[in-house]
Amino acid sequence: MTVLFGIFLLTLLVIVAIGVVRAENLFVAVMLTGIFSLLMAANFFILDAADVALTEAAIGAGISTVLLLGALALTPGQERRLRGGRWLALGVVTLTTLSVLYATFDKPRLGDPEAPVHQHVAPWYLEKTPELVGIPNVVTAVLGTFRGYDTFGEVIVVLTAGIGVLFLLGLPGVVGERKREDLESGRTYLGHHLIPQVVGHLLIPFILLFALYVQFHGEYGPGGGFQAGAIFAAGFILYALIAGEREALAIVSPRLLVTLMASGALLYGGLGVLCMLLGGSFLDYSVLASDPVAGQQWGIIIIELGVGVSVAGVLLAIYHAFAARGH
Amino acid sequence: MELLGLFNYWVFAVLLMVGFYAVIAKPNMVKKLLGLSIFQAAVFLLYITMDKVEGGTAPIIQAGMVDQVFSNPLPQVLILTAIVVGISTTALGLAIVVRIFEAYGTIEEDETQRLDLEE
Repeated sequence: MTVLFGIFLLTLLVIVAIGVVRAENLFVAVMLTGIFSLLMAANFFILDAADVALTEAAIGAGISTVLLLGALALTPGQERRLRGGRWLALGVVTLTTLSVLYATFDKPRLGDPEAPVHQHVAPWYLEKTPELVGIPNVVTAVLGTFRGYDTFGEVIVVLTAGIGVLFLLGLPGVVGERKREDLESGRTYLGHHLIPQVVGHLLIPFILLFALYVQFHGEYGPGGGFQAGAIFAAGFILYALIAGEREALAIVSPRLLVTLMASGALLYGGLGVLCMLLGGSFLDYSVLASDPVAGQQWGIIIIELGVGVSVAGVLLAIYHAFAARGH
Repeated sequence: MELLGLFNYWVFAVLLMVGFYAVIAKPNMVKKLLGLSIFQAAVFLLYITMDKVEGGTAPIIQAGMVDQVFSNPLPQVLILTAIVVGISTTALGLAIVVRIFEAYGTIEEDETQRLDLEE
């Protein structure tokens, strides 16, 4: 039954993807991208990847749609109609699809416990996590400690991308005083629509509460800093959409946003250096407490906090950068 | 039924190339970025497909679970972070597109190239 449901979802996924590529109205394409991400999240959930499904739902279906719409507000919403077919491109794509399809016949079938990917390091993670880290969610354990370097790198990449966007578009009040009087006049987005206004104001506290839950419950269930950061940003973006840019920036000022972006990554890296000063290696949390397992848990909580703060800061700053550019 | 176990990989192959087609054939830059995110999502699907173990569940170890099979946590970790990096890089791309539009007045690639040649 699950298999059939999965096939149904995957077929829908392909149809939606083709719809995205074919749609000439970019607004339609962006909306289809949101549906695409939601379907993808459902697929991830069926494939036992609860953490990934949560991330994809929060980021792919939520934040990414808003950012794309923000960019569309600044660029033409209609794609120019193509003259003539793209037969060469179509040929290349068809040939490559066929050769990849041919290659899939060598893959182990879905769910095969004997597949090579399950023989390498993964059994070790599953076996050793209770003993070495002592938290139930193995995904968080691998993310936070076994592959902590990797995650640190990802946080730096996210931070770098955020800095890049701010360099390109500028953030009101921090990077240049771009059209400040426009911002002061406070163009409200949905302020004159009663239903989004009421529903939004009711929802925001719960969204933020849920973000806190996802942040601090990530060791026990699906969740962690990446998801929580995205949900936090989503809550504030919703506020900015219904109450207006100015009110949102009054609560989380641009300067605070930039501080958040940097301080999350700094907390992560700083903890790594602290571990070195305490006599361990970089990001080896065992030295943080007298009991190595407790040290690991402290380390994971702190770096997840750093990740959450950094991701929330970057996503919110990117949103404000696009929104302020439109004024 | 045996072949249906490969269905996820077929969808991966098709999605990958649907995205790639948008990147190489569409001159509109926002459409190229959308294609790139479909391409990216296809890779995510490939990784997450590999994590599934028959009869397994999400890798969260709870008390009282005896002989429970867990799916592979490693691809999940890799893709979890990749999704967040993906949206950041897409945002960077969109920011560049916005600046290109401000400079050229168009986001169609062939037109920006023509404008470059005219200068």
